[in-house]
Amino acid sequence: MSTQTKTLTKKEALFEYLVRLADDRLILGHRLSEWCGHGPILEEDIALANVALDYIGHAASLYEYAVEIEGEDRHRDDLVYFRNDVEFKNLKLTELPKGDFGFTIARQFLFASFSYFLYTELSEVEDEQFAGMVKKHLKEVKYHLRHSREWVLRLGDGTEESHERIQDSIDDVWTYVGELFYQDEVDEILQEHNLAADTETFKEEWKELVVDTLEEATLEVPDFDQFMVEGSRQGLHTEHLGHLLAEMQHLRRSYPDGNWQ
Amino acid sequence: MSKESKAQEFQERIDNGETIEPKDWMPERYQKQLIRMMSQHAHSEVVGMLPEGNWITRAPSLRRKMILLSKVQDEAGHGLYLYSATETLGASRQEVLDDLLNGRAKYSSIFNYPTLSWADVAVIGWLVDGAAIINQTMLARSSYGPYSRAMVRICKEESFHKKQGYEMVAQMADGTPEQQEMIQDAVDRWWWPTLMMFGPHDEDSPNSAELIKWGVKSKTNDELRQSFVDRHVQEAHAVGLEIPDPDLEYNEETEHWEFGEIDWDEFWNVVRGNGPMNKERMKTRREAHENGKWVRKAAEEYARKQRLQKEKAS
Amino acid sequence: MTKTDEKESKDTQWPLWEVFTQPRDGKPHEHAGNVHAPDAEMALENARDVYARRKEAVNIWVVPSDQIVASKGEDAGPFFDPADDKPYRHPQFYSVPRVSKRRK
Ligand SMILES: [Fe+2]
Ligand SMILES: [Fe+2]
Repeated sequence: MSTQTKTLTKKEALFEYLVRLADDRLILGHRLSEWCGHGPILEEDIALANVALDYIGHAASLYEYAVEIEGEDRHRDDLVYFRNDVEFKNLKLTELPKGDFGFTIARQFLFASFSYFLYTELSEVEDEQFAGMVKKHLKEVKYHLRHSREWVLRLGDGTEESHERIQDSIDDVWTYVGELFYQDEVDEILQEHNLAADTETFKEEWKELVVDTLEEATLEVPDFDQFMVEGSRQGLHTEHLGHLLAEMQHLRRSYPDGNWQ
Repeated sequence: MSKESKAQEFQERIDNGETIEPKDWMPERYQKQLIRMMSQHAHSEVVGMLPEGNWITRAPSLRRKMILLSKVQDEAGHGLYLYSATETLGASRQEVLDDLLNGRAKYSSIFNYPTLSWADVAVIGWLVDGAAIINQTMLARSSYGPYSRAMVRICKEESFHKKQGYEMVAQMADGTPEQQEMIQDAVDRWWWPTLMMFGPHDEDSPNSAELIKWGVKSKTNDELRQSFVDRHVQEAHAVGLEIPDPDLEYNEETEHWEFGEIDWDEFWNVVRGNGPMNKERMKTRREAHENGKWVRKAAEEYARKQRLQKEKAS
Repeated sequence: MTKTDEKESKDTQWPLWEVFTQPRDGKPHEHAGNVHAPDAEMALENARDVYARRKEAVNIWVVPSDQIVASKGEDAGPFFDPADDKPYRHPQFYSVPRVSKRRK
């Protein structure tokens, strides 16, 4: 339950919900885009850029709908370039540095598998525009799951080195996955109107998919009940986000009056 | 059939405008020249990702970010198509990559210049991709089938690259004073290196005549450079940008723009590895290759285990 | 194609696969080019990412030296049908100043 005293209106809740979804995808897309030109092989360079493009595209649609809902004549870029660290609501999981290919894949699999269930649920919300957007993106989300899952298998059950690397990454990133299922007042208000997914409904299925995949990849499954970090949805981030935003926003903020479209 | 009559028959096929396919007989030198040229072209696409890739995380709008990322990704695709085409001549990607990483192979010198501002991204799309289109449109008619087919595919994508660049150039030229200054500065820095992309003058280009004889190229370096200048001077003027060449003048008789002399010392200096970014570009490529080793190995090992399992099961 | 078994300790760029793409339902598959991949699944994924980035294909075949591997029917949706919302990949998306050819 939320501790906030002020109750949000449905409109405010939907705006917040869309921004949270969008921030996750923008920031993760940013991290993936850092691979462009640096991938382990040309084919995979192209694949990672595709996923990054998908995420940034999904974020763009979500921001666009968010500012439309808000109705204050803001542009989607205002949300991207002119908010500060604490105003970003993305999960800490998405902002962690890209690490090696093993880390990228570990995070990618955990996020993509969650997104697969989330988007499947969201495609049923009672809001034509929102549901339509989600349905369109679900095709790509399914592919992200396929791509990352196949890589988890290959790295887990590949060489000794790759096994060790991806296991370390899974262990490192684990404390950030609990937050995927975080829900508060925003979710509750929207769920009443069938405008949001209830992550509890697919938590077990998600765990099963994760366990099955990691086991097939001969990897150890960390403890789901271990300590999990929180606070992202309130704008409490790791130190990494500030640097990411400084890079992402500096040009646009340096010349705010220019046409950059 | 003797080698000479084979060679003669080959030349007849070329002169008749026929396409040479991988399994066809071809002179060894034709094959060698193509491997050199095509792998160099492939390396250029891949190294060419780096200068623009430098700005992906800083793109000033979501629209521009998506455009740039997909453009740089396209260049990876171009590299891939070209490595593939080169493989039809018996040169594996491994071998040609090895040549690049060990410094034996060349790539286009234009990518040894740094991208210092966002305007460079716009100008690269406009000028560098614009130059690439002119060169590649010619190569799409090349006598070697796989090369020309790769070029047809690539040319389709290049027109998106140039257009997005020119659109941005026009926007900035029509923008705030800072934007205008930024874009003119980028044009000033990229104009001459772009002209160098077409290579030395015809009389200093030993390969040119042979490549033309074999139908790989159909125009000389200077001819291609001239059509580039004619086109891009017009486009610069259309958006109010200046070309940094005091000798630039329109010749009413020939209907061509005459232009000043390229600084060939700079050209050869960069070719020899002393451009502003040569060492860094190679270091980046080598690092990506080294860091990817364990990944490539893991996937191979997994495939091997899966095959073994399948064999056991059957 | 080199058998990976024989040279597993060497760093490679993975074996080569030929890619055939089917542009539309009812059309025959056409040779599109090739990709490197360690196995069939990866070859399909790579072929999709390389040769169907702009929705150029509804189905893909990848063929190593001696066998044909076709994509499965169930993939038809998400696999080959990336959302049609990347207009910026096509040149018609841009508006640029018109340059008329200078005449005498
Ligand atoms: Fe290219
Ligand atoms: Fe290009």
